[in-house]
Amino acid sequence: MVLSVLDLCVSRSSQVLLANVSFELAAGQALILKGPNGLGKTTLLRAITGLQPALSGQIIAGEDSFAYAAHADGVKPSLTVAENLQFWADIFDNQDISSALSAFDLNELKSRFAGMLSAGQKRRLGLARMLITNRPVWVLDEPSVSLDKASITQLEEVIKQHLQNGGAALIVTHGHLDLGSSCRTLSLDRYKFNRGVYDDAEAFL
Amino acid sequence: MRIVLLRDLKLAMRVGGGFGLAIMFFLILVVLVPFGIGPDAALLSAISPGILWIGALLACLLSLDRIFSLDYEDGTLDHLAIAPLPLESVVLAKATAHWLTTGLPLGLISPLLGLMLGLPIEGYLWLVLSLVLGTPALSVIGTFGAALTLGLKRGGLLLSVLVLPLYGPTLIFGAEVARRGSAGIELQTPLLMLLGLSFGVMAILPFASAAVLRINLR
Repeated sequence: MVLSVLDLCVSRSSQVLLANVSFELAAGQALILKGPNGLGKTTLLRAITGLQPALSGQIIAGEDSFAYAAHADGVKPSLTVAENLQFWADIFDNQDISSALSAFDLNELKSRFAGMLSAGQKRRLGLARMLITNRPVWVLDEPSVSLDKASITQLEEVIKQHLQNGGAALIVTHGHLDLGSSCRTLSLDRYKFNRGVYDDAEAFL
Repeated sequence: MRIVLLRDLKLAMRVGGGFGLAIMFFLILVVLVPFGIGPDAALLSAISPGILWIGALLACLLSLDRIFSLDYEDGTLDHLAIAPLPLESVVLAKATAHWLTTGLPLGLISPLLGLMLGLPIEGYLWLVLSLVLGTPALSVIGTFGAALTLGLKRGGLLLSVLVLPLYGPTLIFGAEVARRGSAGIELQTPLLMLLGLSFGVMAILPFASAAVLRINLR
């Protein structure tokens, strides 16, 4: 397994959102997490990537496993498309940005300032960063927002290729992504925590 | 660290609002002082080291809230936090970029402004030296303040209130170096204290800032 989540409880501020979430993700698999707004999907993803501590439970994954695409794309408007990607390529010590540009059809836009891009183009640029990280587990938070049908197909192809190469993907989406037979869907409704404010203050420290 | 530093410098060059704004603010402040004090050359000359240091300090303060806020708003900080580089080095790169775009240019143009305030000729070297050696402390302390107020709406004022008291020792020793230099008296003690402050905060505060950032990113 590239990722095992055991009895994970996550909170936002002092409100427990999800309790006892458990799932496993093997290489070559994708897991789509579903649930209504405000359930704690983004909080769960942030806890798994290590950006925020979980209240309890275990996240078992290799070191430096995750590449995270959040709601905000991390795109700098005053840098060009190629410069934006090159920055992350330098950070992740990967000098090949051309395949990432091609995968999301950004070659024609590569010398354009990111501030001139449409929302969908920015999103594609943000997603192209995932290819540069060379990390096995992609954590994608609503990746298809702002994307047109053709771009969603591109995204599906890129994710499928990542899975074929032995990667895995954890995806939160309200839309439909066709990722083939290696994709499962998990409804987070059943993990919703209904007992209000968590009363153990020490758990937050 | 070098990658983040070069990107921040490139962004500062392209977007502006960084060092151009700080230098303009410094210039205007120094031009306004004689209007407020009056045309007494002896008085202006006597207070010029202090005025120039306070001007540089306030100019540094102007751009502090931009150190992390842009990266925070566009999600870059989240990505940097899980990237294969320590957050401490990101903090140090940000502080260095801030110093290179504010503290260093302010130090370099200070002789020109010293001339306008009638700073004695023997004080120029020490004024530049005190600013170049002291403003790194202002940038590093400011970066810590920016990390503390990350994510707060309109946190700029709170940032100033938090950071200004911490700027006290740097201002005291920095202005003292410039004052003693222009008066031609011994200045080894305040100079060493200023250097100690700069190196001390550079050694300690990036760790504190990174820890605060991790908490504020939650």
